[in-house]
Amino acid sequence: MNWIAIAVTFKLALLTATVLLVIGLPIAYWLTFSKWRWKFIVESVVALPLVLPPTVLGFYILVAIGPHSPVGRFYSDLVGHPLPFTFEGLLLASILYSLPFAVQPFAAAFEQVDRRLIEASWTLGVSKLKTFFRLIVPLSTAGLITGAVLSFAHTLGEFGVVLMVGGNIEGETRTVSIDIYDEVQALNYAGAAKTALLLLAVSYGVLLLVYAMNRKVWVVWPQR
Amino acid sequence: MIRVIIAVCMFVITGVNLAVAEEITIAAASDLNFAFREIVTEYEKTTGNHVRLTLGSSGNFFTQIQNGAPFDLYFSADIAYPRKLEEAGLTVPGSLYQYAVGRIVMWTGKEAHLDLSKGLEILGEPTIRKIAIANPKHAPYGRAAVAAMEYAKVYDRVKDKLVLGENISQAAQFVESGAADVGIIALSLALAQPMQAVGHYWEIPVDVYPPIEQGAVILMGGKNQESAKAFLSFIQGAEGQTMMKRYGFVVPSPR
Repeated sequence: MNWIAIAVTFKLALLTATVLLVIGLPIAYWLTFSKWRWKFIVESVVALPLVLPPTVLGFYILVAIGPHSPVGRFYSDLVGHPLPFTFEGLLLASILYSLPFAVQPFAAAFEQVDRRLIEASWTLGVSKLKTFFRLIVPLSTAGLITGAVLSFAHTLGEFGVVLMVGGNIEGETRTVSIDIYDEVQALNYAGAAKTALLLLAVSYGVLLLVYAMNRKVWVVWPQR
Repeated sequence: MIRVIIAVCMFVITGVNLAVAEEITIAAASDLNFAFREIVTEYEKTTGNHVRLTLGSSGNFFTQIQNGAPFDLYFSADIAYPRKLEEAGLTVPGSLYQYAVGRIVMWTGKEAHLDLSKGLEILGEPTIRKIAIANPKHAPYGRAAVAAMEYAKVYDRVKDKLVLGENISQAAQFVESGAADVGIIALSLALAQPMQAVGHYWEIPVDVYPPIEQGAVILMGGKNQESAKAFLSFIQGAEGQTMMKRYGFVVPSPR
């Protein structure tokens, strides 16, 4: 089994899930509580990666961060090397690609929180930020974990986007799914099968976790 | 197993920075799949340097390099691509050279019971339902396959049977797995051990398609030009040349 590719993949998935937890929370909060009538426009943009072919997304990202775009030039002037075909470039693509997998469960969980509790907290003079972290977040734990775990799992298996912006470089952008593709082309079916089985096991384990949590098979901490 | 898990965790934490003395990243056309895996292993053994090998279609690499892909060396199946990179000033001046001439063959699995010696005409027969070639849009071996079929005047009859691999290795895999009945693939792949074990091939005469002149170049965007040069001279050396010839490449005589 290709341990380097496995390490790259887990690192990518872990970082993607972490970043999405950070940027996904405010986006989901805004989507839940904003009263702006054109909100659905933003909602559709966030959900776009669900339906967009990965090659389309990958193509746009490649063009957007390539050396011919202002963003790409700015980055390569700043850091000294271009963004495409690097781990950072791949991370950026993964974050965009998995955005709905984090934001939608977050928003759904926020929606479930009793409005009366939130408004009571506000009227008692607790700031919106404090209410968010001390009331909304603790009451949405299951949704937050679901979002983080799903974006992690989704990143593990992404292929089209990685192929477009990754460039299949060992230790950098060669993820497990790309490695399987390579092994099949090298006619090393045994190697491909082993890695594929690992991905299958991890994906299944992750889904078990998500569904068990939503069924409240176990309670993470006792409810008061 | 525990140790492996710990090792993986360490990779993740440290950011997979294997501190290797010298490291080069090579983009190589897929027809080099088996030949280069062997050559790279041999090179790593003799020099202690590490090679990160990426295989794919020459045309895709060309696009990626134009978009800033950090490869040190580019082995294209069509010398026209590195030549264009040279014109664009993306290569180390004077590093472009033709490392081989590729050949194409018709390949089929043993259980298909086809007599390939009839030549390309056989592709028109109704028992053949799928023919695997590399995508001629960006894979030089795919273009050679189309040219040969056009020369044999079978192309118009068989073009609905064509299945396109993303690169020549994938085309070979399509026919090796039996999903396609026949494939037009690189001789270098047909000579590889896993392909030889399960099928046979017929070489397409070299005068029915334009020569597949394969070119290599050192790239400006790479980080390690000296090591790239060392790898090039290894390929050009006696050991490298012997291995390339074993995989059916016609190698130009040394300058």
